[in-house]
Formats: sequence, structure tokens, C-alpha cells
Amino acid sequence: MENVTQHSEPHYDPEASKLGMWLFIFTELLLFGGLFIVYSIYRFLNPVAFQLAGEELNVVIGAINTIILLVSSMTIAMSTTALQQKNKKLTLFLLIVTVVLALVFLVNKYFEWGTKFHHGIWPGSPHLINDMSKGEILFFGLYFVMTGLHALHIIIGMIFILVALKRVQKGTVNADRPSLLENAGLYWHLVDLIWIFLFPLFYLIH
Amino acid sequence: MEKEKHHIVPYRVYFYILLALITMTFMSIGLVHINLGGYSVLGALIFSTIKSTLVLTWFMHLKFDEPFLRIMVVFVILVFAALLFITYLDYFFR
Repeated sequence: MENVTQHSEPHYDPEASKLGMWLFIFTELLLFGGLFIVYSIYRFLNPVAFQLAGEELNVVIGAINTIILLVSSMTIAMSTTALQQKNKKLTLFLLIVTVVLALVFLVNKYFEWGTKFHHGIWPGSPHLINDMSKGEILFFGLYFVMTGLHALHIIIGMIFILVALKRVQKGTVNADRPSLLENAGLYWHLVDLIWIFLFPLFYLIH
Repeated sequence: MEKEKHHIVPYRVYFYILLALITMTFMSIGLVHINLGGYSVLGALIFSTIKSTLVLTWFMHLKFDEPFLRIMVVFVILVFAALLFITYLDYFFR
């Protein structure tokens, strides 16, 4: 039972809010999990083609993006600590760093995809359909869908974090009402979790 | 009933977790250059699993959350594992 001192904010329920966020995260697990199942079966059926196609990907850019996401996960986790310690300035700073890192991730992705397009590789491209094996077409199809869907989550995560940032600035998200920031953090860590599996499965096939 | 005070995780804990995560990223990249054949996928997945556990436990605060959240997360992961297992059984022994 909640105590009565929170009567001025009758609709604030941090436990329920967190539970709701987790339920949403479980649905995301099924979304990406389904794609991982498709990936694993096609890889099992086309091991050589997946290896050949995987070597086309740039491990260095992949590794840099991995580290960027890991650092951004740390900064947003730290921002909740800063909020709880009532250090608003540091909270805002850490959130801005997180958003900037997300942006850098997307810029890297832009160049990475750009190089692929330059080499004539995009879903349904003539080069892909005419010159490559079925397994390679499947690999690049999954690559674009899964990293694309992940990039979409990065964009949504950035918007989520920016909303939280605005609310921290206004003071409606504060040490006593941190739920929105915590949930933005949970979402951002989910984006990180997905990448933790995407990176080895696409970039580290040899 | 007054809830236990919200646990505040010190900054350095998050930093140590980050270091562990980055180290494991480099280890999984290093693994590629050692020829393990079919086991390299397994190795990469083991590193990914350890990394996700760290993210779930520390970054996502499960360590300090209500036990029912932890139970739910483990349960959902097990359900997903069952889904994987059944799909593979169907596919590979058809």
C-alpha cells in the first residue's frame, strides 16, 4: 500500500510503470527473437554463403558502433544515479552525451550502408539478384532488415531520451518521480542488448 | 507502507561494468582469429550471453528490483529458449 503523503500525485505508480515497460520489452524480445530464429535456420542451411557474405561487412565499424552503444548505455545508467542524487546538471549532461553517441552510431550506420549501396548491395538490387547465391541474398536481406529495425529503435530511443531530458529540465522528472527517465533507460539498454547479439552474428562470421 | 529507499548505484560500478563489456567485445573479436571451426559461433554466443546478463543485472537494475521482475525476465527467457528448441527440433529432424 502506498502511503498517503503522495496524495498530490495520485497517478504516479513507479512499480506499475516499470512493470509496463518490462512487458513491452518482452514483446520486443519476440520481435527480434523471431528474426534471430529465421537467421539461425538460414545460416544453418547456407553456412558457406553466410561466411562469404559476412566477410563483406566491416568489423572495425561494427566494433566502433558496439563500443559507442556500450558507452551510451553506461551514460544513461549513470544519469539515473545523478537524478537520484539530485544533480540535475549532471543528469542533463549525461543524457546529452547519450543522445550524441546515438547520433554518432547512426552516422556510422549511414556510411556503412552507403558503402554497401555503392557496391551495388541493397535489398533487391540487380547485383545481389543476378550475381549472388541464394544464401548471400538471404544474408544481406536479414542484415538490412535486422540492422535497419535496430536503427529504427535507436531513433525511437533518441526521441524517448529527448522527451525525458526535456522533463528533467522542466523538473517534472526528478528524484521523487524518476520513472520516465528509468524507462527511457530500460528502452535504451534493450537497444544495446539487441546489438550485443547482432554484432557477432553479422560481423564476426569467419 | 514505506518502500525501502531506492537503491542508488555508484558511478564507478557502471564504469566497471562498461570495462567488462568492452573487454568481452574485444575477446569475441579475438575469438574470430583463432580457428575454432563450428565452435566459434558458440564462443561468440557465450560472450553475448554473459554481456547481456551484465546489462540486465546492473544497467537495467534487475539486481535491485523486486524479485518478481527477475522471475518474470528469467521466465520469459526460458519461454523463448523453449521456442528456439522446438523450432530447431522441427526444422532439423523433419
